Amino acid sequence: MSDPAAPVTPVASEVDLRLVAALREGDETAFMMLVDRYQPVMLRIALMYVPTRAVAEEVVQEAWLGVLKGLGGFQGRSSLRTWIFRILVNTAKTRGQRERRSVPFSSLWSPEPGDEPAVEPERFRPPGDAWAGGWLSPPADWADVPEDRLLSKETVARVHEAIEALPPNQREVIRLRDVLGWTSQEVVEALGITETNQRVLLHRARSKVRRALEGYLSEEVSAT
Amino acid sequence: MTEPAALTCKELVELATDYLEDTLPGPDRARLEAHLEVCEGCRNYLAQMRRTISITGMLTEDEIPPEGRDDLLRVFQAWRDSET
Repeated sequence: MSDPAAPVTPVASEVDLRLVAALREGDETAFMMLVDRYQPVMLRIALMYVPTRAVAEEVVQEAWLGVLKGLGGFQGRSSLRTWIFRILVNTAKTRGQRERRSVPFSSLWSPEPGDEPAVEPERFRPPGDAWAGGWLSPPADWADVPEDRLLSKETVARVHEAIEALPPNQREVIRLRDVLGWTSQEVVEALGITETNQRVLLHRARSKVRRALEGYLSEEVSAT
Repeated sequence: MTEPAALTCKELVELATDYLEDTLPGPDRARLEAHLEVCEGCRNYLAQMRRTISITGMLTEDEIPPEGRDDLLRVFQAWRDSET
């Protein structure tokens, strides 16, 4: 169990250090492996800071060059991916300022103000009820859904759709956390956002994806 | 000392992420777990949340178009040549 007061700072792993050594030696395959892994998410994050896809592509390319030039100074005090994304975010900010984007960067990763309840309020007993705030229509036990349906391509496609429909900040946080498997600390460091914003964005994103899945799976059950 | 008010289901769903992230302070965690013991709906909710997370983990990243890959390979080669 982790102590929230003392977050573990992720440091470079053995694999990270070996990758960095390979890159310094000019290993093309190692570089292209990193590119394949991170390019899509780098592009989407860059797009949050600059106005067009063409500019975002330039930003990412510039960031990769920054990564290569900075390799000599990589100390392993953060994970390699955190370090790469910090370079990306800095590059994107600098470029975004030059492009005079109207949205202030500080608000990019702030959750939209206002309530976004995880579950529709109608699903709970109303105030005044003896069991106010209790389930009126409780969630089903998904253990009753056959595994091959739960893990089917269609189900995964629904999750993909639900993520695509999220606001960009929620979408990128859930992708980093749950698709790419980053830790919360890595996301906080890589994007330069607060722990609270990270958690609120993740909470809203996961809640909406769950809702979409619940809708889809209940439709499946009643269809049979 | 009065007993802390019991958690409602509506409140619990908003704490689901903090709970799963293990960032709930001890007393809140204990209240939440006490609620789970007696509430099947909330147990199902959390199980759904865990399933959602694992299904999300089955997604794959988009493919990079080959032009983009070639450009980056050239960036790398130019950097390597300049280093030697």
